[in-house]
Amino acid sequence: MTVAVVVFPGSNSDADAYYAVSHVIGVGAVLVWHKDTELGAADAVILPGGFAHGDYLRTGAIARFSPIMGAVTRFAGRGGPVLGICNGFQVLLEAGLLPGAMVRNRGIKFVSSMVPVRVEQTDTPFSAACTGGQVLSLPIAHGEGNYFADPDVLAEIESNRQVVFRYVDGHGEATPEGNPNGSLNNIAGICNRQRNVVGLMPHPERACESSLGSHDGRVVLASVVQSLAAGAARG
Amino acid sequence: MTVIDAAVLERHGIAPDEYARILELMGREPNLLELGLFSVMWSEHCSYKSSRVHLKTLPTTGPRVVQGPGENAGAVDIGGGLCAVFKIESHNHPSFIEPYQGAATGVGGIIRDIFTMGARPIALLNALRFGSLEHPQARRIFEGVVSGIGGYGNSIGIPTVGGEVVFDELYAGNPLVNVLCLGIARADDIVKGAARGAGNPVYYVGARTGRDGIHGATMASAEFDESSAEKRPAVQVGDPFMEKLLLEACLEVMKTGALVGIQDMGAAGLTCSTSEMGSRGGHGMVVDVMHVPQRETGMSPYEIMLSESQERMLMVVHRGREREVEAVFEKWDLHAVKIGEVAEGDRLKIFDHGQLVGDVPNRALTDEAPVYRRPMREPEWQAEVRQLDLASLGAPPAAQGAFEALLASPTIASKRWVYGQYDHTVGTNTIAQPGLSAAIVRVKDTPVALAISVDGNGRFCYLDPHRGGMLAVAEAARNVACAGGEPIGATNNLNFGNPERPEIMWQFAEAVRGIGDACRALEVPITGGNVSLYNETEGRAIYPTPVLGVIGLLDDAEATCTRTFKQPGAFVVMLGDNRGELGGSEYLARLHGTVRGVPPALDLARERALQRLVIDLIRAGAVQSAHDCAEGGLAVTLAECAFGTGGLGLRADVPAAGDAGPYQAHATLFGESASRVVVSAAPERRAQVIEAAVAAGVPARVIGETGGARIAIAVEGTVVIDSAVDHAEQLWSTAIERRMTRGGDSGL
Repeated sequence: MTVAVVVFPGSNSDADAYYAVSHVIGVGAVLVWHKDTELGAADAVILPGGFAHGDYLRTGAIARFSPIMGAVTRFAGRGGPVLGICNGFQVLLEAGLLPGAMVRNRGIKFVSSMVPVRVEQTDTPFSAACTGGQVLSLPIAHGEGNYFADPDVLAEIESNRQVVFRYVDGHGEATPEGNPNGSLNNIAGICNRQRNVVGLMPHPERACESSLGSHDGRVVLASVVQSLAAGAARG
Repeated sequence: MTVIDAAVLERHGIAPDEYARILELMGREPNLLELGLFSVMWSEHCSYKSSRVHLKTLPTTGPRVVQGPGENAGAVDIGGGLCAVFKIESHNHPSFIEPYQGAATGVGGIIRDIFTMGARPIALLNALRFGSLEHPQARRIFEGVVSGIGGYGNSIGIPTVGGEVVFDELYAGNPLVNVLCLGIARADDIVKGAARGAGNPVYYVGARTGRDGIHGATMASAEFDESSAEKRPAVQVGDPFMEKLLLEACLEVMKTGALVGIQDMGAAGLTCSTSEMGSRGGHGMVVDVMHVPQRETGMSPYEIMLSESQERMLMVVHRGREREVEAVFEKWDLHAVKIGEVAEGDRLKIFDHGQLVGDVPNRALTDEAPVYRRPMREPEWQAEVRQLDLASLGAPPAAQGAFEALLASPTIASKRWVYGQYDHTVGTNTIAQPGLSAAIVRVKDTPVALAISVDGNGRFCYLDPHRGGMLAVAEAARNVACAGGEPIGATNNLNFGNPERPEIMWQFAEAVRGIGDACRALEVPITGGNVSLYNETEGRAIYPTPVLGVIGLLDDAEATCTRTFKQPGAFVVMLGDNRGELGGSEYLARLHGTVRGVPPALDLARERALQRLVIDLIRAGAVQSAHDCAEGGLAVTLAECAFGTGGLGLRADVPAAGDAGPYQAHATLFGESASRVVVSAAPERRAQVIEAAVAAGVPARVIGETGGARIAIAVEGTVVIDSAVDHAEQLWSTAIERRMTRGGDSGL
């Protein structure tokens, strides 16, 4: 099993995702340069956090034109599991692989903190090993993580059960107090209609070892291993 | 051609006797370009001309030192063939003029120093000083600086893991922004900034050169006055994305072995990098400015050589291996451009379209720069400010109220508002979250971790610079020890006023003497650092503020310690002596508006024994928490141990200390005696902890027990502080936020 981690110029969590997958979860990982046009034998793809291409225009806006994105789009179209973390989520939104957009955090400032995130759906390759309603402690670190979508789109993703992760308060409730950045409906992560492409702002790859303050992110990455294995078993 | 007259010299900050020396070294009159080169290289910022004689007295060697001062950064051995590469640097003056960019480029500059050595940067810390938050200008500068530090560090993906922030009116016109960067390198892979091998090509890589920052180094070597705001063009603009590309490309290119040497272009830009690399390598260098990528049209050789545009590097490449280097930079969409060659001899020759426009012996710019033994004099007011007459302060306030006021003092209060804007988790090495004294980062693929702390107390240095210098070293090392780290190296940032004033020079020399004394006694060598002088506005200097950054080694990344209590029923021990010393304390400043007295005494042998004991107790797993006593004294220390625990309190009874009359309880609880650490331990460890302390010759006294939801502190059996943990923590954790959102004091 091989997970491809795409490296854009300005990615800064590529090495963290690679480390978590290969050293903590213990499956194969490869770094794929954004100028490459093929993903090789990858079974899953991670678009990591960072500031791809500097994010000077709009987060993720230039990265979607990187040569590798053609291969990522084809891979996603074939039903391959794709995870976008933080800036990777923003790239997926810009590339049209996920619905909606990101705007500046409510309160303008960059927010870096450990936050509770509730798992809403377990039928995606990146939440399959979770239990529904499970609350994960995950770090966020972003300036533009305020999820926005038109009312129609928002209604649609809610009715299609596309909200996979939601910010919650200390009691596990999706309240305004539990919302760190102003995201609509406390949305922390969503999937596409086919459910194989998932994006989230929190960083599961930074929460894979208890010495780092939380190992709750492991289940997110372990999910893809479990679902790929299940898929292989179904053959 | 411009005639070099008194006005030209003054504009270049060159004194008449310095010009006489230039004529002697050149053997002729310099042209304007050459004068510009001398102007920046002989500025205080680049030449250390006032500080050098004093810095030479610092201990810089030790069994772990791999690289001492003189290179881009220092390096110490951390085992396994690896080095910790680290340095602290200031960006004070630019941060006053343009807070966001000043701070951001300060972060960018120190990161370049670290990866230039071949190290991958893994952590950033900062030491900041601002005026009182009651004033809108201080809030604006504070907000801009924090945002700029985050803006750069967050983007490039190096976690900001800790630091310290102090607020005092004396920094209102001269905020301090000192940034420390730590990187990890293989000892064999350390790259130096020397140019060798005549004929080897010299490459320029990174951002294009513009007119920004021309004479930035000269600006940083002058006091501020009303016209300083007009100097904004001398502040550079940072581009963390460009630097991220440079970082990755440079580390990749170093692996090829095709590099001879590399140096970043920081202060004094191309001038500094060409002359320093040549002079370190004992070679000359020939460059043609025509090849330098330029952002603006019509730039003169003078402007190109003096520009301080950010995110640029100079490299010397082995002849014949140019393609290997160029290929790496092409991969990262960076253009490495050949601008010249290493030459025999010792001269820096600058051409413009093939025509020689400057020709200077490079050592004249570097090693031959003037060295001043400036006059020093103890200030006349020094003895007077050391007098502290508590009786003149009137009746003491209630200890309870003083305690709460101290918790809400921005200097003591939680810095969550600050570090909440810093990405501190990127890199997945951050073990201790910010806000818990020393920062701890693990070193991947090894069993070890590093603890880092930056500390300095300007008030103590103002009252006694020698003791203040010692106390800064002791506190930074003590904080590292409280995390379980054995101090192995230090870097210092010396922030002072105008060295041409004998009183300032005396403060500087005394503080450096104190730092040296403490570093020798604690066996912590100084491997590099930075001096920032002329921190004055309209004749008013900052407190003399040396900031020490100490790196500590933890053999076992799992055996770390933080300050928070871990369980009810643990016993609480104060290690070290409480002498009830109020001189220079936050209590006096905050509650009585006075900065007077003698700073706490420091016995370096006892300090060393204490730190050794704390490290051993943590390694043995005997203690559950450890926290050093600093600003706010024992009462604040105990409260901070209770914060972040979800409301776990304590009951303590402390013997009265010192001889302070009606201020006895205050001196006992809020005095800032050095060499004290509060630890907590499980009941069954009691004998082990006390016996270890006795064996180490460190005073140890059980002063209380954890439990309940209140912080209850008695002196000699009388409870003088009794607050719910939640209430106290609320005051402490929201004090800065409240001032930043509502403006000014919120009525506490």
